[in-house]
Amino acid sequence: MNPDFILITDKPIDYAAVTERVRSNECGAVVLFMGTVREMTAGRQTVALDYEAYPGMAQQMLQQLISEARAKWPVHAVAIEHRVGHLALGEISVAIAVSSPHRAQAFEAGRFLIDRLKEIVPIWKKENWSDGTSEWEHKEIKTN
Amino acid sequence: MTAQQIQIKLFARARELAESDLISVAVSEGITVASLRLAIAEQYPQLKPLSSQLLIAVDNAYAGEDQTLNEKQEVACFPPVSGG
Repeated sequence: MNPDFILITDKPIDYAAVTERVRSNECGAVVLFMGTVREMTAGRQTVALDYEAYPGMAQQMLQQLISEARAKWPVHAVAIEHRVGHLALGEISVAIAVSSPHRAQAFEAGRFLIDRLKEIVPIWKKENWSDGTSEWEHKEIKTN
Repeated sequence: MTAQQIQIKLFARARELAESDLISVAVSEGITVASLRLAIAEQYPQLKPLSSQLLIAVDNAYAGEDQTLNEKQEVACFPPVSGG
């Protein structure tokens, strides 16, 4: 059975539930990464973020990243949830939980997953600034 | 070469600029991704602000520029991603 879990959701993320999905007696380590909505960016004030996803492709790309992580580290299980829709300050936009026998592997795999997610998974963020303007954030991309 | 219509899903700023989440581009059969880019630029000039940044995906994977397209595939077009 594949213990991995991927979800793109418009509901608030229950990070405790995401973490529970990867816990196992085979593992000595569980690492949880959460991305949360930050108020200040380079001196500008955010009031909310809107996230949009291409769900089918996002699911496929996340599955690909988990396979890449499994090829590099002895990962036991991965659970990833990414929120879409309108998020207020402090809300959780993404949660990634990784379990492995030892802590170094869980930290490294978790770092890899969030870094690559931000590079290739088709999800976009729109800033709603306190001055009433809004803009999509579009970074440069590496697809390989 | 016969003409065909390729439906393209749009996301984020591309969707907003085109004021639609799905556009239809008239192309010749066996068109490559590189040629599709040119057809999109010609037929949807409102996407010009994103032009060179636009990414093309075919059947839920990033497409190579030389890849050829047909009407049965799911094609999407969007700006660089910014999730997380």
